[in-house]
Amino acid sequence: MAVYTTNEIRGGMKVMIDNDPCVILENEMVKPGKGQAFNRIKYRNLKTGRVVERTYKSGDSIPTADVVDVEAQFLYNDGTDSHFMTNETFEQYVIGDAGLGEAKQWLKEQSECVLTLFNGVPLAVLAPNFVTLKIVETDPGVRGDTSGGGGKPAKLETGAVVRVPLFVQEGEIIKVDTRTGTYVSRAKE
Amino acid sequence: MMWQPTANWDALKQRAVLIAKIRHFFAERNIVEVETPVLSHATVTDPFVVGIPAIFKAMGGSDEKIMYLQTSPEYAMKRLLAHGSGPIYQMSKAFRQGEISKIHNPEFTMLEWYRPGFDHHMLMDEMDLLLQCILQTKPAERMTYENIFRDYLNLDPHHATIKDLKRCAHEKDIHLNEELTSRDAWLDVLWTHYIEPRVAIERPLFLYDFPASQASLAKVRAEDPPVASRFEVYFKGVELANGFHELQNSIEQAERFAKDLAYRQQHHLPAIQMDQRLLAALNQGLPDCAGVALGVDRLIMLALDSKQISDVVSFTFANA
Repeated sequence: MAVYTTNEIRGGMKVMIDNDPCVILENEMVKPGKGQAFNRIKYRNLKTGRVVERTYKSGDSIPTADVVDVEAQFLYNDGTDSHFMTNETFEQYVIGDAGLGEAKQWLKEQSECVLTLFNGVPLAVLAPNFVTLKIVETDPGVRGDTSGGGGKPAKLETGAVVRVPLFVQEGEIIKVDTRTGTYVSRAKE
Repeated sequence: MMWQPTANWDALKQRAVLIAKIRHFFAERNIVEVETPVLSHATVTDPFVVGIPAIFKAMGGSDEKIMYLQTSPEYAMKRLLAHGSGPIYQMSKAFRQGEISKIHNPEFTMLEWYRPGFDHHMLMDEMDLLLQCILQTKPAERMTYENIFRDYLNLDPHHATIKDLKRCAHEKDIHLNEELTSRDAWLDVLWTHYIEPRVAIERPLFLYDFPASQASLAKVRAEDPPVASRFEVYFKGVELANGFHELQNSIEQAERFAKDLAYRQQHHLPAIQMDQRLLAALNQGLPDCAGVALGVDRLIMLALDSKQISDVVSFTFANA
């Protein structure tokens, strides 16, 4: 099995830790002047989403994980599972709601997204950084108010709720940053 | 390909000013600046400090001789002291195999000085003045190794068993990939992961009187428990310096070297020859003295409120 040693490990690498696929976030060498060298490695477990830190002796190795990210399109939800198709190979994948995680609230049919496959099985879905979605429900704002202060909740077509400025109305299309879940601007269809 | 320096020119000019200030500090005290070889026949036996080998070949000859870039000028400076130099300092390049991080560069500048007639407390006083001069800090805090472990972890570092240390790490949410079999390694982990980030934030910390097992080249005082007359200096998460009330006894020194070599053999580390010239000098007689080595790049980094060495050296290892 292929391995990375502690000095090769960089952010973004996919490794197996305790039989789970994980992505490396940080790797810092710690070396007291006279003491032994260690590597403090921070990683996210791709199955649970948990961020963990573990200390390795410098020179230890960690097996690589067969994890790849592929671009895909969200096809539809059949009531229990979501169906995706990869852009390059047109292969279809099915994920239950639990595996969908955060991405669920940003994806509508035909949305582009990234599928993380572990040993060929979908593990996670990542929504694009920005999505444009229609507001299906929000209180009418006060006319003339164009400031960003305050704001009001707005429900989007995917079910997500974001805060929008008072001047934004029901039926409008807005651009949202999915990493922070915040309103960016009004958008055209 | 990056050919430009990693530090900006302004930082390098400030570095030059600080280096001049350091030299002035020693000139004022009549401490003589010396130069000793960077390239040496011998290197240290420390299991966790590794010299970088360099191959020498005489002109026209075919024999290759493995030499070492020095990890610090300590041995050569002690030979000068044994020869009667009196107080001396040196600011020179030192090299450590494999050490790369934001605050490690395999080649770095080290300031090392020795004071005959001083013990480690007197040297801490002098070093504190240097830090106040260069970093504009308040007088440093001082704590024994034992007290800091008691205060922060409720642990006696001299007597805690591996089991105690392991449990303590677990309680503090420190997770190791494998069990450590050495008490000192556990103490290092607790120090670097838990205590160090919580201390020396407002002013430097002098940590002193280390467990005898971490004596290195310091005298060990036969107290109960025995402690090494060694100190380290920390500031803002950076280990700045390491000093000793120097071991004078050549037989004890040879025994400590032998212990290192045994450890090396056990852990399949490369075999090293003891530095016989140092032992001969100690045998002749090293004056009672204290000495300390300080990482100059780290000092300048702190003076310029920087977070990494690359901000204060012209070219780092990566683009040397």
